[in-house]
Amino acid sequence: MNELMTTLNAILASALSPGTAALAIAAIGLNIHFGYTGLLNMGQAGFMLIGAYAFAISIIGGLPLILAVIIALAAAVLFALVLGVPTLKLRGDYLAIVTISAAEIIRMVGRSSLLTNITGGSNGLVGNSYRGPFTDLSFLGDGQSGFGPWNYDNTGSDGWWIRLVAWALVALFSVMVFLLMRSPWGRVLRGIREDEDAVRALGKNVYSYKMQALILGGVLGAVAGVVYILPASLQADSMGRSMTFFIWTALLLGGAATIFGPILGAIVFFALRLLVQGLAGQFVPASIMTSQQTEQFSWILIGVTLMLIVIFRPQGILGNKKELSFNAR
Amino acid sequence: MIVFALLGVFLFGTSSPAFAATTPPTASASASCTADATTGCIQGTINQPSGDPAVGVSLHVTGAGGFDETITTNDQGKWVVAITTAGQYQVEVDESSLPEGQSLDASATNPATVDAALNKNTGRIFKLTGGSGDSSSGTTAPTDSSGGVTWERFLQQAASGLRLGLLLALASVGLSLIYGTTGLSNFAHGEQVTLGGILAYVFANLLGWNLILAAIVTVVICAATGYIQDWLIWKPLRRRGMSNMQMMIVTIGLSLALQYTFQFFIGAGTVRIDRSNPKTVDLGAITLSEQSLWAMLIAVIAIVLVGFFLLRTRIGRATRAVSDNPALSAASGINVDGIIRLVWTLAAGLAGLAGIMLGLVLNGISWQTGLQLLLLMFAATTLGGLGTAFGALAGALIIGMVVELTNLVLPGDFKYATALLILILVLLIRPQGIFGRRERIG
Repeated sequence: MNELMTTLNAILASALSPGTAALAIAAIGLNIHFGYTGLLNMGQAGFMLIGAYAFAISIIGGLPLILAVIIALAAAVLFALVLGVPTLKLRGDYLAIVTISAAEIIRMVGRSSLLTNITGGSNGLVGNSYRGPFTDLSFLGDGQSGFGPWNYDNTGSDGWWIRLVAWALVALFSVMVFLLMRSPWGRVLRGIREDEDAVRALGKNVYSYKMQALILGGVLGAVAGVVYILPASLQADSMGRSMTFFIWTALLLGGAATIFGPILGAIVFFALRLLVQGLAGQFVPASIMTSQQTEQFSWILIGVTLMLIVIFRPQGILGNKKELSFNAR
Repeated sequence: MIVFALLGVFLFGTSSPAFAATTPPTASASASCTADATTGCIQGTINQPSGDPAVGVSLHVTGAGGFDETITTNDQGKWVVAITTAGQYQVEVDESSLPEGQSLDASATNPATVDAALNKNTGRIFKLTGGSGDSSSGTTAPTDSSGGVTWERFLQQAASGLRLGLLLALASVGLSLIYGTTGLSNFAHGEQVTLGGILAYVFANLLGWNLILAAIVTVVICAATGYIQDWLIWKPLRRRGMSNMQMMIVTIGLSLALQYTFQFFIGAGTVRIDRSNPKTVDLGAITLSEQSLWAMLIAVIAIVLVGFFLLRTRIGRATRAVSDNPALSAASGINVDGIIRLVWTLAAGLAGLAGIMLGLVLNGISWQTGLQLLLLMFAATTLGGLGTAFGALAGALIIGMVVELTNLVLPGDFKYATALLILILVLLIRPQGIFGRRERIG
């Protein structure tokens, strides 16, 4: 019973953690790509990583916080342009292939031993080296506070301050997406998702709209990367392919092309994973499954979940079948 | 250059000792790792029997959460890696990088398994024997190889490139045929390659079967997985009229599930198919292992057979017809579903064969071998023209060659970047690839 309470507490803690918020922001970005425009971005983790590196390296280089954030966003814009220019005029598969490759390459170059002086190589960068300017902004003061299962430092490395900022950003971006997708601009994007040729016939520059969507979603990805590294450290391997697939699973689970889908998906995703791991750890004896294997087992289930969602409930928990990027029957 | 250390261990464990000996004592970067709440360190010192440190020895560390890193000992013989996940790690010394004339002591297990935890330093010692302590090896100034591109290096890299290209071709033909006949980009194709290597490991290493028998059984099982996959998953989904985009996401989920299934059973480390140490063959300036030569020969034979099948047999022609225009082929009496089933079987079998040989050539296979290859396979098929079998062959040979030759001028970490650069250039200039046709891409 005690074990179950621990699992439950871990789930409640993860529901509010900055990592969940970061995943939600990245999923909101992917929602602009995939949910609203129909772009297959398989490298959202690459956008996160590039934003995280740009931010951390700028701060370590002595730039002020605001400039570092701007550089992180600019890096994501540049990355989106490099990926978008050759692929957005072609079939969707090509964007998928190029983005998944590019994200891998960012990771490999980032952890390369040649760049150890800048990126920290495979050891990455320690949180304390870039966190300072952000925690200095906190107005919460020192000390601890909490309620229920949530009890954290007010300002410390993984405390209330980063949680406050992270979830405020989630709210801000949700409102932004809500307003954008009601605007004429958003209607063009949805038109592209439904029928590219029809939108082109109306005299819209489809290529340019797709590019704008790719950039906007990518910038959200970069913000997610910054939020993700602030309470922890920057490790290239923590933002690899698996991260991209988590974001996809979270988005499809919650429901693509909805406002709350990405947020709900992110929370449910982590909760399910912890629940599977907790239950397997408790009820399956170690002779059958070691603790290492329960973790791998939970990833296997995530892969299978992704397959089953796409096959049997492509609209996810909240979605609407009419609003799908792929014409499911 | 560190290129050689990386190349030697990361991809081609069989590179000649002469190369490794020229590795200068770099990797000063590796000397720092501080254990804290999110980091743990695995470290050790390798000394020669004389007591001098063994400099420039390569170690390959793999383990929990997909950790995969290659490290060389610094000029005090020390090595250290930082980890972020607690769990079991495998540390393997690249024996070809040991100082000349020396080998691991018989009591040393290689690869060694280490249980590492966060916030803790975990040590692992490898003992060396042999060689005369006063010999000039190891600590003396290494000969300067960073001078540039020599003819010998070029030939050696070109041979490695040809080898990679042939194995890549074997793996990508199936990917390209599946795309051609169904329009599906199969992101789980890399896992078919890994599956081949892992089954061969189970049969040849764990069960101790004869290698050739193990290879044949493996290929048959792999082909069967292709058949079953199409029967169980892809055909019903096609029947439902599911769009290719949707099916592509299904393949991504499948790829994720398969990767962790492999990890579940064999762990995150690298496993070896063949326990014996590979013999090398010198061909002029080129040194290749015997297994590499066999692998290249088998790859050529398999590719010729596939070519013969596609060009000269009735079913092969029908396959190309379906690839060209499924509706028209169905109208002219070709059993399209049957052809697609055959293509899946063939593709999975070929990928399995490529996986076995990659496992032999690269001196081991891990859960992510296929995944790393997938990017190269996509670059190869796009360069050749998505959906064309012969385009995939040409593209794979070019990509294999370019990736290996990149190592002449850039460190090993960057070789995948060249593949991507080629991919982007191809898409900009000629998106349909060398042999593709325009209507496929828009």
